[in-house]
Amino acid sequence: MRLKLVPSETKIDFLKLRLSALGFSGLLVAASIAMFTIIGLNLGIDFRGGILIEARNTEGPAEIGGLRSDLDDLGLGDISLQSFGSETDILVRVQRQDGDEKAQIAAIELITKTLGADYDVRRTEFVGPTVGAELAEKGILAVICSLAAIMVYIWFRFEWQFSIAAILALAHDVLTTIGLFALTSFEFNLATVAAILTIAGYSINDTVVVFDRVRENLRRYKSYEQPAILNMSLNETLSRTVMTSVTTMLALLAIVLFGGAVLRDFALAMMWGVLIGTYSSIFVAVGMLAFFDLKKNLDEDEDPGVMREEG
Amino acid sequence: MLQFEAWKKTLVILVAALGIIYAAPNLLPVEREGGGILPGQKINLGLDLQGGSHLLLRVDMDAVVEERLESVAETIRQEFRGRKIRFSGLDVRNAQVRVRLRDTGDTAEARTVFEEFSRFVDIVDEGGEFRIEYNEPGLAALQTSTLEQSIEIIRRRIDPDGTKEPVIQRQGADRILVQLPGVDDPEEIKRLLGRTAKLTFQLVDTSITGVEAKTRGRVPPGTVLLPSDSDDGEYFVVEKRVMVSGELLETAQASFDQNNQPAVSFTLNAEGAKKFGRVTGANIGRPFAIVLDGKVVSAPTIQSQIFGNGQITGSFTVAETNELSLILRAGALPAPLIVMEERSIGPGLGADSVAAGQVAAIVGLVLVIIYMILSYGFFGVLANIALAVNITLILGTLSFIQATLTLPGIAGIVLTMGMAVDANVLVFERIREELRRGRNVMAAIEGGYQRAISTIIDSNLTTLFAALFLYGFGSGPIRGFAVTLAIGIITSLFTAVMVTRMLIIIWLERKRPRELVL
Repeated sequence: MRLKLVPSETKIDFLKLRLSALGFSGLLVAASIAMFTIIGLNLGIDFRGGILIEARNTEGPAEIGGLRSDLDDLGLGDISLQSFGSETDILVRVQRQDGDEKAQIAAIELITKTLGADYDVRRTEFVGPTVGAELAEKGILAVICSLAAIMVYIWFRFEWQFSIAAILALAHDVLTTIGLFALTSFEFNLATVAAILTIAGYSINDTVVVFDRVRENLRRYKSYEQPAILNMSLNETLSRTVMTSVTTMLALLAIVLFGGAVLRDFALAMMWGVLIGTYSSIFVAVGMLAFFDLKKNLDEDEDPGVMREEG
Repeated sequence: MLQFEAWKKTLVILVAALGIIYAAPNLLPVEREGGGILPGQKINLGLDLQGGSHLLLRVDMDAVVEERLESVAETIRQEFRGRKIRFSGLDVRNAQVRVRLRDTGDTAEARTVFEEFSRFVDIVDEGGEFRIEYNEPGLAALQTSTLEQSIEIIRRRIDPDGTKEPVIQRQGADRILVQLPGVDDPEEIKRLLGRTAKLTFQLVDTSITGVEAKTRGRVPPGTVLLPSDSDDGEYFVVEKRVMVSGELLETAQASFDQNNQPAVSFTLNAEGAKKFGRVTGANIGRPFAIVLDGKVVSAPTIQSQIFGNGQITGSFTVAETNELSLILRAGALPAPLIVMEERSIGPGLGADSVAAGQVAAIVGLVLVIIYMILSYGFFGVLANIALAVNITLILGTLSFIQATLTLPGIAGIVLTMGMAVDANVLVFERIREELRRGRNVMAAIEGGYQRAISTIIDSNLTTLFAALFLYGFGSGPIRGFAVTLAIGIITSLFTAVMVTRMLIIIWLERKRPRELVL
């Protein structure tokens, strides 16, 4: 007996849901942009500059309350103190200090001293304002360049309509992920950029699988109407889509549960990405594809190498 | 008829064997030191996993330029005086030396003086007023020599015994990247690099006390007002002329003075000893200031003529004398270093991260294996064998190319486990479809592979793009993620297309099944 999350043959009319799905996605994207503009991102020290210190109380549970007032007394400006992973561990975030880099290094020493001998400093991160700005620039460039490269590749492998649909789906995934980070105030750092790029990679992977099938079916079933072909392609690839999403989710779940506090946010972002990426390849990518007349284009550039022996 | 040529079988077995050989050192508990039976080395763990400090430093080039121009100005002053060229307004401001000739008839003569520096400076004549500043090749050469010198001094300071394997690299025009594995106290490194350690010995001017000079705001010509090193608000009026400087040190050692207080003993080289002897011999009874980075550490009165050996006393702790003697032995930095970025991980956190990563990887693997078997039965087992080969290949490749495995890199491996089975899923789903169309087992499998292959390549290539851009723009740990992701994509392509396919064909040849339930 096999475990099948998706029945062998499905006949779901995805295209019927297309307009409501696109409307929903449009709202989601608009809401994300609004979140991003109104709430903004909780930028980590990677981009904003500042200090982060992770410490463990070797004598028992950390006393957050007492420490907080001690740290506030230092007058280093905005200090955030939270427990991290377990009750003995704390994470201190300090905003960028006025003055040059030396002022930042002095602040680190001051905090370490305030934590006292009971606390074992496990991690110190300091990013100066210059480096922060550079990292932000690099991160934005990385996202834009990979989106562009993916678009060109799809254009090269498929027709331009596919490329546009794919990039819209990708932009949808990236924007809603950013929106989610704005909404939840999860820290947005270098690892988040990595997560976004991986989400883009995963989502496009999914989209390509569906597009491949659409192209194949367009060539194979010339007499069928385009919406029927799109629906058929989605149904045929549905089992694979679900299967791969589940295996990836299982791997990510293992990281969330056991991979430690540092990787947890990254893996959570990725889980969201798998969800939104799977959704967008079906409803946004193929949904957009339905607006184009694909068959007309196909007639113009016939590929004689394609198998077409049965119906 | 499905075929799997002999050369492909050989290739698969060869690659898998290589993977096992190179991955093996990571699974063996014992630390091997080369020369064993196995060729490979363990995977290079990133600083976030083994603990260590990553520091991005900026060399304060402005300070170096300023200092060099000061010495240019000094040369000009002496040359002009020697040649009886009358001048005024000689000073260094905004990275420029300015000097005005009183008599423009001296211009030709002045130019021969400037000739000495013309290789590395531009000289602008504005009607008798000269502006001298570094030109581009001069600045580039100065940057290169300053950075090379700094790198050498940094190495001597943080790795005096040459055992710690630090990475010390120039980055861009004026930056140095320092990566030092296995650091217990990152603050110590910053202290070691935090001072240039320019040591000079200068005579104290006793005609006026430091406090008087401070309140008056003026010092006698040829002297300078320097603060005390011990933050006690004391000041010293010190002669500008440097009698002996740190370059003449032979060695320095932490020691104790006659009152059993921590001190630093030093020995000067032959040239230094001669100078020191001459100065101390001629100035018995005068205080002699020991100046470190522009602050007076102490100013003992010269009791007798001293030659090669001396002691620096002050309010030191033993740890401080240890650090100071190390810094003095290593030599002065040509310019101050500014920390632009720091990421230090304690060894405890690193070990915890490795442990957490291993648990996550094993749990992820088990979950995927179970799910694949539940979904595809026997074929799921075959896909799982391919997955095991895949992970071995990832570990083997990481060891072979000595890529750095970081914590996000572990996440990359776990993620690849989930995504690596995708290629197999694509094939298996295709085979299911073919079976549903009523094809026989052979034809279904053959068709499944044939149709899935272009999809597999397309979808993996696009993910590979994302990984490449992550590598190109990412830094440190993120690069580690990109590396494992990229390697994982390539190895999973290989295992899906070659390993599972080989296993399925071997199974077909042995069993010749008439039916296949998938």
